[in-house]
Amino acid sequence: MRTPLFDSHLAAGGRIVDFAGWEMPVQYSGILDEHKTVREAAGVFDISHMGEFFVSGPACAGWLDSLLTNNATALATGHAHYSLMLNERGGVIDDLIVYRLDAEEFLLVVNAAKIDEDAAWMKSRLAEGVTFENRSADFGALAVQGPRSGEIFEKLFGRSMPHERNRVLEIGDGFIVTTGYTGEKGFEWIMPAAEATSSWERTLAAGAKPCGLGARDTLRLEMCYPLNGSDLSPDHSPLEAGLGFFVDFSKPSFIGKEALLTQKAAGPARRLVALKVVEKSPPIRPHYPVFLDGVQVAETTSGALSPSLGCGIAMAYLPAAASKPGQEIEIEVRGKKFRACVHKKPLYQKDP
Amino acid sequence: MNVPDNLRYAESHEWILVEGDTGTVGITEHAQAELTDIVFAEPPAVGKSFKAGDVAAVVESVKAASDIYSPVSGEIIARNDALEQTPALLNTDPFGEGWIFKIRLADPAELSALKDPASYKAQIGE
Repeated sequence: MRTPLFDSHLAAGGRIVDFAGWEMPVQYSGILDEHKTVREAAGVFDISHMGEFFVSGPACAGWLDSLLTNNATALATGHAHYSLMLNERGGVIDDLIVYRLDAEEFLLVVNAAKIDEDAAWMKSRLAEGVTFENRSADFGALAVQGPRSGEIFEKLFGRSMPHERNRVLEIGDGFIVTTGYTGEKGFEWIMPAAEATSSWERTLAAGAKPCGLGARDTLRLEMCYPLNGSDLSPDHSPLEAGLGFFVDFSKPSFIGKEALLTQKAAGPARRLVALKVVEKSPPIRPHYPVFLDGVQVAETTSGALSPSLGCGIAMAYLPAAASKPGQEIEIEVRGKKFRACVHKKPLYQKDP
Repeated sequence: MNVPDNLRYAESHEWILVEGDTGTVGITEHAQAELTDIVFAEPPAVGKSFKAGDVAAVVESVKAASDIYSPVSGEIIARNDALEQTPALLNTDPFGEGWIFKIRLADPAELSALKDPASYKAQIGE
């Protein structure tokens, strides 16, 4: 599949790879350069492959509350929050951003690889007074990220970017939320598919540099933002993944709540930790074995060479007893073990 | 893309410079451009022996690890230690300071199985 920006990526020198069935740019000028651009200036990512669901009707907030972990009823109009959709075992089906557009209307932005599965799951649980529409094909989307994204916002929309994170704005036929997946200031902009190319061009003209999935991955991993399918899975709960903040146990019920309560009472057996290699090593990659006292206890779920830190970084589900910051472990690369430590999240923090 | 005339080439994008019974091996400019930012290199240890086509080294970009094959059989007599500190030499000077290892040729006749500059150029569409 291709996003409306496929030709724009080729024109910008994008190197195209397969991502969950989508032909997406992994890089343009180079991952290191694009990473640095987002940390120091501003980059723009095509996120048109992500899914957009519209949920409306008098019962829609309560219905979302029964399917998602965060509290949609308590979300104010014009705001957005991160939430998770779980199976009955408390495992993660998907993580998503929920926008409240109106008292009785929400926009859900879900992972590209999960659009069909999420839509099927939600439609099969539809309730009275709720309308669900999967309009993923109708929209393009851009993520503008970096310390200079405010300037770009002003050039694009003739107004200043809200300072507050997770603010939702409706501009024209599009939707904007001040959020992102890089740890930098910025916004995500969803627009009708027919406006994607002009929006992309205007964003480049405003000073953002095209950035691909490669930099998106190193940026988010430095922040320890999980990637569904790698760090999140139907076999791991948000409590194990360290996402308990986004689970509202005060809600009367939601799918997965019972399983989470059981897990919470006993304490999760494993925790998703951030790992930092403390000696010179090759880049860490997903599925590298992790050793504790010489015994393999896990494998990395994500890994990279951190462009900002200049060392190997990773995440892995370690036994809870070995999940405290400072815990020493080893990561094996091609038969050789490299010393690493559990690190407080995020792995990267900007100087204040 | 630069394809020097004095080298021979493997289909897997290594080059070899032969001087007497010694071959110096690296990756081509085309290969480094395909691999993009190289952030790690592991040249082989001196004294190791390889057959033509064996994996002799690994280079890694941010996104992927790539095996480097020895174009000929023989024993490693030198490795480029500078690559460990500055793997980007593979990008900036692939035919010069970015060399990976030197190998004592076990069988110089193997060189005839490698590509001359013209056929390598054809392979990469130059």
